[in-house]
Amino acid sequence: MLLTGAEIIAEVLIEQGATTIFGYPGGAVLNIYDALYEYRDKIRHIMTAHEEGASHAADGYARSTGKTGVVLATSGPGATNLVTGIATAYMDSVPLVALTGNVGTSLIGRDSFQEVYIAGITMPITKHNFVVRDVTQLADVLRDAFRIAQTGRCGPVLVDIPKDVTAAKTEFEPLGPVVIPQPALPAADDIRRAANDINQAARPIIYFGGGVVSSGAEVVLADLIHTANIPACHTIMGTGVIGDSDPLNLGMVGMHGCFTTNKAIDESDLVIAIGTRFSDRVALNTTAFAKHAKIIHIDIDPSEISKNVIAHASLIGDVGAILAAMLPMIAPAEHTEWRERITKWQTEDYVPEDSSEVLRPHQIVSTIARLAGEDAIIATDVGQHQMWAAQYCERTQPRSFLTSGGLGTMGFGYGAAIGAKIANPDRRVVHITGDGSFHMNLNEACTVVSYDLPIITVIVNNTVLGMVRQWQTVFYGGRYSSTSPERKTDFAKVAEGFGLSGVCVRTPAEFEKAFTQALADNKPIWIECLIDKDEKVLPMIPAGGTVRDMITK
Amino acid sequence: MTKKEVLSVLVDNHSGVLARVASLFGRRGYNIDSLTVSATNDPDISRITIVVSGDEAVINQIISQTRKLEETRDIFALNDCRSLLRELLLVKLSANESKRSAIREVADIYGATIVDLSVDSMIVELTGAPSKIDAFLGVIGEYDIIEMCRTGITALERGIKK
Repeated sequence: MLLTGAEIIAEVLIEQGATTIFGYPGGAVLNIYDALYEYRDKIRHIMTAHEEGASHAADGYARSTGKTGVVLATSGPGATNLVTGIATAYMDSVPLVALTGNVGTSLIGRDSFQEVYIAGITMPITKHNFVVRDVTQLADVLRDAFRIAQTGRCGPVLVDIPKDVTAAKTEFEPLGPVVIPQPALPAADDIRRAANDINQAARPIIYFGGGVVSSGAEVVLADLIHTANIPACHTIMGTGVIGDSDPLNLGMVGMHGCFTTNKAIDESDLVIAIGTRFSDRVALNTTAFAKHAKIIHIDIDPSEISKNVIAHASLIGDVGAILAAMLPMIAPAEHTEWRERITKWQTEDYVPEDSSEVLRPHQIVSTIARLAGEDAIIATDVGQHQMWAAQYCERTQPRSFLTSGGLGTMGFGYGAAIGAKIANPDRRVVHITGDGSFHMNLNEACTVVSYDLPIITVIVNNTVLGMVRQWQTVFYGGRYSSTSPERKTDFAKVAEGFGLSGVCVRTPAEFEKAFTQALADNKPIWIECLIDKDEKVLPMIPAGGTVRDMITK
Repeated sequence: MTKKEVLSVLVDNHSGVLARVASLFGRRGYNIDSLTVSATNDPDISRITIVVSGDEAVINQIISQTRKLEETRDIFALNDCRSLLRELLLVKLSANESKRSAIREVADIYGATIVDLSVDSMIVELTGAPSKIDAFLGVIGEYDIIEMCRTGITALERGIKK
């Protein structure tokens, strides 16, 4: 059938299962929006306040479902506003297709109104990107974009489409969703050798990350952990894969991980790293990291092997498939002595003190976890609240804790919560943010109101830029340069202005009451929690340090 | 230990591929000593020859990161013994009549060609292994070099790959 480029975009989106997209209209995408009007029964378009919000929403949609998120923006500023969202998805390996309009091909390269070379701008933060200059190539390029975004290590792909290409007509032939090739399994001997290493280890530890979530490998990972009684710890991206109540789950590793976890890595004789990349927030000191241990690295991306920490052995491929192949070779074990040592260390773990007078951050997060339940999705921004949320959110399911792990994007949370709620209308979505992060993208409140999304936003307000201030306290002798903005924002009033409700609480009892009410009301709301500005994220290992440098007060 | 490695990268012959490779090197902080790009006998494929320096871990990273690019068809390190490495040098020397014969003598020994002559200058062209070009420049540097230009290395493996 003879279709315009804009109609082809709509057809391919439907064909690839992308029936919800996030975006913002503009001149260069007018043809696409005109087509979307025609396809409005088949494609739901969510308009955000800002393209950055749309990109985070598409990302949150993808993280919470495993599907590819789609975001659409116009040329120039529309496209550049996606950059932070694309980079966020890139760093956390989230499948995302970003469609940008551009000026007509005859205007490209002439510094025309709202023209930027977005392909050049996004080259380092995309898996791949395309500029489509010929309508006959449009459908295949879009399909390629979906294929690349989901193949191997997932990531964002950008397709830039000049305006005249969206108007031009060509024959369109419908196809099915792209077939995602499954990576080959490593050689059986390599898997057997790794299994033998695991069977022979006296003090093994599993350290896993977001790759387990991407692969959907949580069940087989749990089987492995329980078969061989191997203690496991995770990165922030691995939150929720193994429940907190599992005695073999040692919790988060790294800069703000538990003492026990970091100690166990330090003393282990075998680290099995699964779907994770030894980032500087985990392997803070690459030469001292697990220095007594042999390291087996299981990952889908060969370029991650020995990038930061030298791996003694590696298995490349889908982590779920590799673990499934390995599981029958794993001998049941007890590791009694090793586990006893770990249990002993756990008595030394940092435990924050509760208060009934003032709100303490761990109590806020624990209350949210308890009241919202296991099925709730928590989205965070970045900073102290993010670490508190990671430490105390008690997630038991993968894809239920959405956070910007790699890029550390302040302003990520509200958009991500919107995307998650659109994708999961029946699940509770709680957005935990800080006053610093929230000021960056609180404009998305209008989206929440327009689409009547009952997202509960909990603003952990310490009136300062808490994480930076914490570093200034510890490493800069309390010279608080530009971290106390003295803002006078009345969040409840701002909320009201946007058309949602807002409440401010100061004690655990007030918070519990407000949060319980919010769950019952099931409407968009902001709950501002006032906390002390000297609250710290503990424990903490300084950048480049080891467990021996841990700070606990 | 830092070493130099010559990498041969076969990529799709599209516009923007070189920018993508260069962008990867820029972003990851890899040091490019030289880079040449040319068409191959297959119109769909271009060959990028990159000389990089770094320790073994860095070079392995460069190879695996470049391999990940969507437009990379193949990438491999060229072994010095099993490869032919060539570079072209053009060097313009200040050469009045009194110096000409001496320069020509050096050029003859290295198999270089004098390709331009003016009253005060000459341009010498030399093709060869980079070490030969270095050696030639070492000697010819005794004379007054006005301008010079090297193409960077282009290279092929000997024989047929099994």
